[in-house]
Amino acid sequence: MAELNLNNTLENEPEFIPVVKKKINWKILVLSMPVVFFVFIAIFGPMLIEYNPVNTDTANRLLPPGSQIGQHTAWLGTDQIGQDVLAQIIHGARISLSVAAATVLIGGGIGVILGLLSGYFGGWVDTVIMRIADIQLSFPTILLAILIAGVLGPSVTNVIITLSITRWVTFARVVRGATISAKNKDFVDSARVIGASHFRILTKYILPVCLSPLLVVVTVQIGLVIISEASLSFLGLGTPPDNASWGLLISLGRDYISTAWWISVMPGIALAILVVCVGFLGDTLRDESDPYLNN
Amino acid sequence: MASYLIRRFFYSLFVIWGAITIIFAVLRIIPGDPAAVMLGSNATPEQIHSLNESLGLNKPLFVQYGQFIVDVLRLDFGESFRLGGPALTHVLERLPFTITLAFTAILFAIIISFPLGIQAARKPNGAADRIISFVSLFGQSLPTFWVGIVLILIFSRVLGILPSAGAGSVAHLIMPAFTLCLPFIGMIVRLVRSGILEELRQGYVQTARSKGLKQNFILYIHVLRNALIPVVTVLGLLLGEFIGSAIIIEVVFSWPGIGRLLINSILYRDYAVVQAAIALIAGIYIILNLIVDILYGYIDPRIRVEES
Repeated sequence: MAELNLNNTLENEPEFIPVVKKKINWKILVLSMPVVFFVFIAIFGPMLIEYNPVNTDTANRLLPPGSQIGQHTAWLGTDQIGQDVLAQIIHGARISLSVAAATVLIGGGIGVILGLLSGYFGGWVDTVIMRIADIQLSFPTILLAILIAGVLGPSVTNVIITLSITRWVTFARVVRGATISAKNKDFVDSARVIGASHFRILTKYILPVCLSPLLVVVTVQIGLVIISEASLSFLGLGTPPDNASWGLLISLGRDYISTAWWISVMPGIALAILVVCVGFLGDTLRDESDPYLNN
Repeated sequence: MASYLIRRFFYSLFVIWGAITIIFAVLRIIPGDPAAVMLGSNATPEQIHSLNESLGLNKPLFVQYGQFIVDVLRLDFGESFRLGGPALTHVLERLPFTITLAFTAILFAIIISFPLGIQAARKPNGAADRIISFVSLFGQSLPTFWVGIVLILIFSRVLGILPSAGAGSVAHLIMPAFTLCLPFIGMIVRLVRSGILEELRQGYVQTARSKGLKQNFILYIHVLRNALIPVVTVLGLLLGEFIGSAIIIEVVFSWPGIGRLLINSILYRDYAVVQAAIALIAGIYIILNLIVDILYGYIDPRIRVEES
């Protein structure tokens, strides 16, 4: 009798997904390449190129791109204190990308945990977390970031704190949605019947289901975080001058826009290439994973 | 309808309370002594003490919180120590500039994205649709402040046809408004496109076609009117987003709006103006949200039913 029942359930299994070998998605591959390139630059660039943010070389200030300084060619020109713009951009890549990675890790981590708790337990836990999220969303994100960053003062750590506070909500909402739809599925019920703890169900059964929508959110958020960080730094509320990110470089070159346009334009091009690629990547991943997720 | 309105109204009150609490929490529970920060490094302990006394910063936190809520409800944000006079007055003086900028940007966004959305919907997934979606996603991803700087470089420094900073004429508005609307164009194009496509599936379109009406006549006279109702409502919501994003644009183009005042006040630690500016922007944002929700309820009865 027991055997018969088991066979029955197997036959009626509604969510049997055949394993299909996935084809390589060339669009995603091509879009990832510039991103990977920038990550490499951020990691290894500062080791290869000598750069000291407090150096001044007034004899060679405001030189146009391609100028020769002794043995060395300033491919992207020099800035108002004689710094090589290319070296600054490479150094800035490390700052901008570290802030983005740390924010997605911290803010995203907090968001994922709160989203899991909120979706899984429901009730007052859900109410409290989601009302806090609602209140936060009643503020334009950039306004909240300006308020917090302005009060904390410019430093790399403070930018990460600020952006983590402003970004956790999106992660929490997406994970909460995925958790709610997963928690009543049969495989979660069966885990519960076996006697698995809440912690085990959340980490081993529900979290893996959330990973696919989470990947899309992470990609989209990395782009948004890079822009937010650059915007804060541009306003003078982000990274300090001795750890200048791309946003601050653009801001510092603004006063020289008519005499030395390359100081602002070059880091901006780097920023634009990276953010546009991440943006397209996020869009492609979203279309791939779920055409209805579009909002 | 009445119960929906009442619920929605009380929800807005709750969110306004939350916003006030966030402002209080960020400004007061920060590390460091606000009075010492405001007075700078040359202040004597006596000066710091007397400023703390006059600002009420030496009272218990919950007393300060109660006082803060009462003050905000009376629209009393304190005096600006940098500019003199009530902080709110300074912010309200700048409000027309920000509103002008935001409205012009919305207008630009409509002028640019409606034709694009209609074109894209004519042949879904056709060449025009793909190009439009590519370009609008591109515009969405570019950092606005950098676009602003590049526009200044091209149109003010090289071509010399538009002023790079300040306000006062229509020419001053063009670049800031365009830069401000750029990231939103992609979103509105998508909205218009999907609105039209949705509407084209309706039965009355088939009826119109079977009557022998021309495709363009159906599109512009019948479909567009229905398709644009939700889009226009969303535009109301976007006005709040525009005011928030305007902060950075105002700094780029030295536009004398609330955003530039806010950033300058933060840099000078003039917290009275900071809290007045942020409360005002958040207030506008929440009220716009409320209005849009109510309009939605009127236009689409399904929402009301769902809520109750």
